[in-house]
Amino acid sequence: MSEDRLPPVTQLAMASLALIVAGGIYLSAHLPRHVPLGPAVGLLAASVLLLAVNIALLARVPDFAWERFFAVGRWALLAYTVIAGLIEYAFLQDHVRGGALIVLTLSLAVFAVHVPTLIGFTVARFDPAGTPGGLESSLPRP
Amino acid sequence: MTDLALQDLPEAPAGHAGPPPVIPEFEIVPRKGLIAAGIAVVAIVVAIAVNKLWPLMFLHVAGGAAWTIIDLFLGMILGPILGSLSVPARIEMTTKLMPKMVIIMPIVVSMTLAAGWQLGVHEGTVLTSYPNHGWVVASFIVVGVMAVLALGLLEPANIAVLFELKKPRPNPANIERLMKRFMYCAGILGLMQIATIVIMTKLASS
Repeated sequence: MSEDRLPPVTQLAMASLALIVAGGIYLSAHLPRHVPLGPAVGLLAASVLLLAVNIALLARVPDFAWERFFAVGRWALLAYTVIAGLIEYAFLQDHVRGGALIVLTLSLAVFAVHVPTLIGFTVARFDPAGTPGGLESSLPRP
Repeated sequence: MTDLALQDLPEAPAGHAGPPPVIPEFEIVPRKGLIAAGIAVVAIVVAIAVNKLWPLMFLHVAGGAAWTIIDLFLGMILGPILGSLSVPARIEMTTKLMPKMVIIMPIVVSMTLAAGWQLGVHEGTVLTSYPNHGWVVASFIVVGVMAVLALGLLEPANIAVLFELKKPRPNPANIERLMKRFMYCAGILGLMQIATIVIMTKLASS
C-alpha cells in the first residue's frame, strides 16, 4: 500500500491520546478539591472527535488489509481492555465518583479503543489486502 | 533495535528480490509470558484491594525500577552492542528479545502506574495539600508524555516489526522505517526516564 493513500492515523491517534492524558492530569492534579469539569470534558470531546475522524478516514481506505487489522486489533483490544479495567478499578477503589468518574471512564474507553486501532493499523499498513490474520500462529483462538 | 539488526540486510530490488534472510521460528506473543502477565495483573488487583503500604510500594518500586532499567539498558547499552553484531546474530537476538518486550513492557508499565497511583492515594502524595505537589504533577506530565510515545509509536512499531519478520520475505525497508521510529522513541524515553529518576528521588528524600 503506497503511503500517499493512507490517512494520518498515527498522528491523529497520538493527538487523541495526548488529549485524554492531559485531561487525566488536569483532574488528578486537583485532588481532592472540587475541580471544574469543563476543561476535562472539552479535552475528552476533542479526543473522541479525533477517534471518530480516524476510524472514518481508515474505513475509506481502499484495498486495506482488514483481516490482518482485525486479527491483530482484537487481541490488542483484549489486552488494553484489561489494562483500562485495572486503572478503572483503582479509581473505583479510591471512591472517585460523579462527573470525574464519568470523564475518566470515557477517557479509558477511548484509550482502550484507540491504541488497538493504532496497533492494528501499523501492522496492516505493510500487508497487501486480503492477507489473513497472523496471530493465529502465536496465540490460541479466542 | 531491530533496525540495527536488519538495516544492513542485503537491499533487494523492489524490496522483494534476492534470497530471503534466515529468520528463526518465534512466537510474536510468547504464551508462557501470558501466564506471568496474568499473575502480575492478579497481584496488582490484590494490592489495590488490600490497600496496604508494603504490597503497593513493592509493585510500584519493582515495576518502576524494571521500566527505567529496561528503557535505559535497551536504549544506551544493548542497542549499540546489537549494532556491532553480525546480521544473523542481530536477527536471532531480535527475534528472541522483541517478543518478550511485547509482554513485559505493557505489564510493567501498568503495574508501576496502577500501584503508584494507589500508593499516592494511600500516602496522600497525590493530594494538593502535599508539600511537593508540584513535583508530583511534574511526574504525571513526564509519565503522560512517555505513555503517549510508548503507546502511540513504540508498541505498534515493535509488534509490526515482528509481523514483518514472520513474513516469508520480510521487507528490510519496512523494518528499517519502523525501527527508526522505535529507536528515536527509545532515546526520548531513556532521557525522560532520567527525569523520572530525578523526580522520584526528590520525592523519596523529602
